[in-house]
Amino acid sequence: MLSGSTSEGDSGFFGRLRSRLNRGRAWLAGDLAGLFAGGIDAETLEALETELLLADVGVEATQALVDALQRSTKNGEDAVEALRGKVLELLDPLARPLDIPNGAKPFVILAVGVNGTGKTTTVGKLAHRFVAEGRSVVIAAADTFRAAAVEQLAEWGRRAGATVVSQADRADPAAVVHDALATARARGADVVIADTAGRLHSDAGLMDELAKIHRVVSRFDTQAPHETLLVLDASQGQNALVQAERFNDRLGVTGLAITKLDGTARGGIVIAIARRLALPIRFVAIGEAIEDFAVFSAGEFTDALIGDRAA
Amino acid sequence: MFESLSERLGHAVRQVTGRGRITDDNVRDTVRQIRMALLEADVALPVVRTLVERVRERASGREVARSLNPGQVFVRIVHDEIVTILGGDAQPIAAKGRPSVLMLVGLQGAGKTTTAGKLVPMLARGSNGEILLVSTDVYRPAAREQLGRLAGQLGAGFFEPERSDPAAIAAEARAEAVRRGCRWLILDTAGRLHIDEALMAEAGSIHSAVEPAETLFVLDAMAGQDAVNSARAFNDALPLTGVILTKADGDARGGAALSVREVTGLPIKLLGTGEKLDALEPFVPERFASRILGMGDVIGLVEQVESRVDRESVERVARKVKRGRELNLVDFRAQLEQLSNLGGLDSVLDKLPGIKPGALAATGFDDRVVRRQMALIDSMTPRERRYPAIIDGSRKRRIAAGAGLAVQDVSRLLKQHRRLAKAMKQAARGGMERMLAQAQRGRGGHWQR
Repeated sequence: MLSGSTSEGDSGFFGRLRSRLNRGRAWLAGDLAGLFAGGIDAETLEALETELLLADVGVEATQALVDALQRSTKNGEDAVEALRGKVLELLDPLARPLDIPNGAKPFVILAVGVNGTGKTTTVGKLAHRFVAEGRSVVIAAADTFRAAAVEQLAEWGRRAGATVVSQADRADPAAVVHDALATARARGADVVIADTAGRLHSDAGLMDELAKIHRVVSRFDTQAPHETLLVLDASQGQNALVQAERFNDRLGVTGLAITKLDGTARGGIVIAIARRLALPIRFVAIGEAIEDFAVFSAGEFTDALIGDRAA
Repeated sequence: MFESLSERLGHAVRQVTGRGRITDDNVRDTVRQIRMALLEADVALPVVRTLVERVRERASGREVARSLNPGQVFVRIVHDEIVTILGGDAQPIAAKGRPSVLMLVGLQGAGKTTTAGKLVPMLARGSNGEILLVSTDVYRPAAREQLGRLAGQLGAGFFEPERSDPAAIAAEARAEAVRRGCRWLILDTAGRLHIDEALMAEAGSIHSAVEPAETLFVLDAMAGQDAVNSARAFNDALPLTGVILTKADGDARGGAALSVREVTGLPIKLLGTGEKLDALEPFVPERFASRILGMGDVIGLVEQVESRVDRESVERVARKVKRGRELNLVDFRAQLEQLSNLGGLDSVLDKLPGIKPGALAATGFDDRVVRRQMALIDSMTPRERRYPAIIDGSRKRRIAAGAGLAVQDVSRLLKQHRRLAKAMKQAARGGMERMLAQAQRGRGGHWQR
C-alpha cells in the first residue's frame, strides 16, 4: 500500500518543496506578514490578491479566497491563520493517496497529459516507487509518436527495475498497451503503468486515440484502468485548469500528478483546480531525480506555500 | 471555459451604452473586466497593470465619448496596445557566419528538441546547404537519440559527440559543421530552471563556445505567471535574440508571450502549431493579439483553408455534380477528409469570433461523427463505396464490425449520403431553390448521432 503518512523521506521531500517553493522564505507569510500585522484593510486585501494572482491561483479562486478572508477576519481571526485555514479546507479533500488494493492484479495506471508536462519522468518515478515497495511493474511504452520516447522510458525501466514493453515507432499505442497487459497477466505482475504520448486536449483526433486506449484497457479488465493519472505542469498557467476539465470530461480522470513545483512558479494552479474540480492529487514532483517525488499532503503543501504555524 | 474579453466587456459595456455616456465609474468597471480577462489569459500581473493604465488613459479621453459603440472602442484600444507591445512585423531567423549557429534554450518540456527538428524544413526552404543538428542534453535519458531520430527523418546531419561535456560537444559540433561546410548548425540544449545556477552557467559556456547567430528562448504557450521571471533570468544570463512560442495550436490564450515580450523586449519569431514537423509558423502580432483577447483568428482560418484544402478534389466533386452524376461514397469521404484536414470542426470553429466552446457539441455533429463516418467508409469494399445501393443487411453488419461501430451507424451514414446525393442531383438540374428548402427542412435532424 502506498503510504500517505509522513515518512522521513516525505518530510525531507516537503522540506525541499518548501525551500524550493519559497526559495528560503514562506511565500505569503513572508510577503504579507508585515502587512497583515497592522490588521486587515482594503490595501492588505489587494496585496493578498496580487500575491495569489502571481502564484497562478487564477481570478476565480483568488476572489473566493479574498472574500472568505475578508469575512473571517471581521471576527478578529488572525489573517495568515485564516488564509491557511481556507487553503487547507480546499486542498484537504484532495489529499487522497493512490491506494493499490490486493484484489486488482495487475493494477493498471494510464498516464496522460499535454506535451512536455513530464509524463515519462513521472512514469519512471512511479515505477521506481512501486518496485521499491516490492511490487513487480510492467511499463507500456505507448508513446509511439515522439522520437526516442521508448528509449527514454527504457532507461527509466532499467533504473527502476521494471519491464518495459514496446513496439516499433508509430505502432498503434492501444496495441502496445494491450501487449503490456497480456505480458503483465502472463507474468503475474502487480502493476502496469502505461505512458502515453503527450497531446493537447483541444486535438480531437488525438483525444479519440486516447479514448481508444482507455477502451482497450477496459476490455482487458472491466475495472481497469484503475487509475487514469493526469500529469499537470505547475509552471503552466490557467490552461492547466482547462486541461484537467477536458481530460476529465473525455476519460474520467481519477488522479493528478503535479510536476515541476521546483521553479519559481508557486503552483497556485493547484488551488484553482481544487476549487473547480474534486480530483484527488496523488503525487507532486520538484525535480528530475527519483527522490524528488512524493505523495501529496495537503497540510505540508499548505505550509510550504504559506508558512507553517510556528513561523 | 474562460470568458473572452469581448464577453466580459459585454456586461460592463451594456451599462456604458445604457447611460449613453462614459463616466469615470463605468470606465473603472470596464477596466476591471479587462484586467481579469488578461489575467485569465496568463498575462503577467505587472504587464497587466501597465497595459490597463494605458487603456484607462486612452479610454477616458474623447476617443470613446465620441464613439457610437464604446464597447468596440475599448476592445480596439486593448487590441492596439497589445499589438504595440508584441511589436511590428514578423522577424525572420537571422543568418550570421557559416555555419550560422542557432542555440535553443528553455525550461524542461517547453519543446526545444521538437522545435530543433521543425527548424530544419523551414531553414531548408530558405537556403541551400547542409543543416547539422546537435544535442548538448547529457541529462535527460534518450534526449540525444530523440534529436538523432528527428535528424534522420528530416534528412539533416546529426553530430554524434565523443565528449560528454556540453560546451565541448557544442565546440566539436561547430568544428564539424565548419569542416562539412554546413549552412546551419542547430544546437539543442537540456531543459533547465532559470534558478539552477550550475546549469545556467553551463548554458553560458555553451554559448561562448559557439557564438550563435541566434539564441532563442523556447517558451510554452501555456506558461503561467512565472514565465516572465524565467525569461528575464535567461535573458540576463545569455544574450538572447528572440523567442519561439510552442504548443500554440492549443486553446491557451498565450498571454505569457505578451509578458515576455514586454519585459525582455525580445521579438517573438516563430510559433509551433502542431505535432507535425512542418508545424512552425511566423509570428503575426495582430493575429496573436486577437487570440489573447479571445476574439478569434479569422485571418488564420482563411490561410488554413487556403493551404490545406485540396482544391483538386473539391473541383472533381463539383464537376461530377455538374454533369448530373450521382455522388458516391468515395466523393462523400473526400469531403469529410477536407474537413479533417482543416484540423476538424473544432479547430475551425475555435478560430471564429463569437462562437463559444461547446457550441459544436450542442449540434450533435462533431469531429467524432466525421471520423466515424470516415471509418465506416474505410471498412467498405471499393465496390460498395462506388455503388452504395448494393449494401444489404449482411454487408452492413460486416462494415459495422470492421469500423467497431453499430449497424445503425452504417444505416445513418447511408441515409445521410442518399440525402446529400439527392440534393446534389437536384442542384445539378437547376433545382437550387428546392435544394435549399430541403436543406432547411432537414436541419436539426440531419447530423444527430
